[in-house]
Amino acid sequence: MTDTMERPSTTGATQAQEGPGRGMRFTNWAANWVDERTSMSGLVKELGRKIFPDHWSFMLGEVALYSFIVILLSGTFLTFFFQASMAPVEYEGSYAPLKGLEMSSAMASTLDISFDIRGGLLMRQIHHWAALLFVASIGLHMLRIFFTGAFRKPRELNWVVGFVLFVLAMGEGFTGYSLPDDLLSGNGLRIIDGMIKGVPVVGTWISYLLFGGEFPGEAIVGRLYTLHILLLPALVVAAIGVHMVLLIVNKHTQFAGPGRTNDNVVGVPIMPVFAAKAGGFFFIIFGVIALVASTVTINPIWNYGPYDPSPISAGTQPDWYIGFADGALRLVPPGWEFQLGPYTVSMNILIPILVLVLFLLVVALYPFFEAWITGDKREHHIADRPRNAPMRTAIGAAGVTFYAALWAAASSDLIATHFRLAVEGVTHAIQALLIFGPIIAGVVTHRVCIALQKKDREIALHGYESGRIVRLPGGEYIEVHEPLSDFERWKLVSFEEYQPLMVRPDARGRITAGQRLRASISRFFFEDRISPVTQTELEAAHSDHH
Amino acid sequence: MRTESTSPRRSRGRGRRSPLASAALLLVGLLATGGVYAAFTTAATAETTQRIDALADEGEKLFLANCASCHGLQAEGTDAAPTLIGVGAAAVDFQVGTGRMPMAATGPQAEAKPVQFTDEQVKALAAYVATLAPGPAIPDEKYLTGEGDVAVGAELFRTNCAMCHNVAGAGGALTEGKFAPDLHNVDPAHIYEAMVTGPQNMPVFNDLNITPEDKANIIAYLTYLDNNSSPGGLDLGGLGPVSEGLFAWIFVLGAVVAVTVWLTAKSN
Repeated sequence: MTDTMERPSTTGATQAQEGPGRGMRFTNWAANWVDERTSMSGLVKELGRKIFPDHWSFMLGEVALYSFIVILLSGTFLTFFFQASMAPVEYEGSYAPLKGLEMSSAMASTLDISFDIRGGLLMRQIHHWAALLFVASIGLHMLRIFFTGAFRKPRELNWVVGFVLFVLAMGEGFTGYSLPDDLLSGNGLRIIDGMIKGVPVVGTWISYLLFGGEFPGEAIVGRLYTLHILLLPALVVAAIGVHMVLLIVNKHTQFAGPGRTNDNVVGVPIMPVFAAKAGGFFFIIFGVIALVASTVTINPIWNYGPYDPSPISAGTQPDWYIGFADGALRLVPPGWEFQLGPYTVSMNILIPILVLVLFLLVVALYPFFEAWITGDKREHHIADRPRNAPMRTAIGAAGVTFYAALWAAASSDLIATHFRLAVEGVTHAIQALLIFGPIIAGVVTHRVCIALQKKDREIALHGYESGRIVRLPGGEYIEVHEPLSDFERWKLVSFEEYQPLMVRPDARGRITAGQRLRASISRFFFEDRISPVTQTELEAAHSDHH
Repeated sequence: MRTESTSPRRSRGRGRRSPLASAALLLVGLLATGGVYAAFTTAATAETTQRIDALADEGEKLFLANCASCHGLQAEGTDAAPTLIGVGAAAVDFQVGTGRMPMAATGPQAEAKPVQFTDEQVKALAAYVATLAPGPAIPDEKYLTGEGDVAVGAELFRTNCAMCHNVAGAGGALTEGKFAPDLHNVDPAHIYEAMVTGPQNMPVFNDLNITPEDKANIIAYLTYLDNNSSPGGLDLGGLGPVSEGLFAWIFVLGAVVAVTVWLTAKSN
């Protein structure tokens, strides 16, 4: 909980004056040897003194990083045994219900990893569970950044880098899901193939290029393997590097609190406390993944069998992070495709693709949009409480609802069977939810935020209701309010208040349509707002007290 | 018999039996054995026919009391329910034996529930319906042992059954609230009968389509699934990525978030 700026350099130095022991002498010598050749001490000093504020939600990005490390480790093990080839072989491994079947060597080697290589199944399950956790923690991390406004200047760029990581992670996940060449992954690829072929003019060409001929061909697993273990991981590692560097350059945000201002960072320095905690945290994450992977099945390819274009299983879904795309396809009402001369225009495919791309673009570009609406060019290092930015929180809630509707639609069949509903009814309900859900969620969230702000304001001014009723000598009854401590009040009163932008004529005295639009959106954003309590109001409230 | 009864008196007088006596005895013996045999065998056949008739009669009574209100007095079908003429014993044994019939209420489909009749009553109903017209019979025990070529059964299952019942036999959704049920721990006879008769929305897989041996292989695969739990641990219902994703979000991410809260908790 200390700012390193006030700390003496290192404890090692003090010990050295008292005469170091043999171990310390060696450490000093080794450190010196390295430093004389690399000049690393400057970097270590700089990094080691970086401060990280403590809040549980600030650790979600770390979870993503650590699960990625677990993925790299377990994935390396898997590459030793996996054969990314679609050459047909006869399965002769130890799983009886597939014995003697013809399948690709990709499938056969995945089965061998699962049944005939010591620790292979555990490694596969660790890899897959870690992948699910990786993307899930990225998602939760993004939501934290969004709802606390931690994407504001100067961190817009890092938001975009993080977004790219999210998309890369989905790409990693999907390519990995498709590698075993089992029935499930083949069906997933078939959907991708269909989506590509739905694109006018170039679709068929791209599909033939990608699959090296007619689907499924014999090339796709090898190609996806290269993407999965070479190109995409390299991009992910590079993007993580940029993400970390920008994090260090921009410093971490913190929540408002006593002594925490826009100009400082209060927390623990990397060395030694944070590093120790983070190291321990990595092993906890690894442990959680290993525990789950050793007790819970994931992707039982032995049930699905080798890919064959004719069969498909009920309940065929992609992994969760691609679910929203599957759901978008499922929600399209029938009859959107039409004939244009000899060609079919598959609007039933094109509209969902468009919606998904637009949705992702909105996510990527939101920080720039908000900066434009607020007209705020200042740096922000204090994370917002979600209630203190009601419209942003409302938009976030609407986005979450939209995504959740698409996501739920991907499991419409399982919702139908498990809740005893008709699958058509489920689809129609989710279609309605997709359109109206975000609006309702947005309006409700906006009002809830403003109500919470009102409550905060009330508490800041008058303290907590104690429930103690006192009768005054004059006969009047009052409820005694317990005053807040200065620490508690600080949290309630320190937040930004934005006002609608005024429409102002530009240098040539004109008011452009863009400016009008900006002003009207700004008014929509900030018309209903609660101002933070001012000093004057506080003093007035105090003098008012009995 | 009369000859025999008179002969001792004569022989007592003559001292020796007539030479014809042995032949007569042989004839009598043969007649007696043959007659008794014939009498017994006809009695046995009559008894079997009688027993089947009795079973069918018993079945008819049960039918009239429990089924006829929807299926018609001669099982000819009504607006409420289809005709049962020609559905065979297998259909009855499946529908009644799994509790699907009699239906508790009209709905998207008849659902399995506690069986409403004893085993004998089910067989009686089946026997009665089988007398109406030829139809698939209750399958031979030799196909229901759960033994067979599991690999062939698994492949047939994936090709013919998995699109509705899911590769792991976990069941799946159909249209308008109908569904393909979970196939775990279903009696082999009922699986076989379902394939032969195509109950409700299920298509018929006749013996030309899937031979009885292959039906036995499919049953062997389902038995394998029942007897062998997932090699990877808990199977999460065998539902695929949806249950895995839910598990990841709720339990894995939930545990991780709990850890982050714990790590950043202020010590008192």
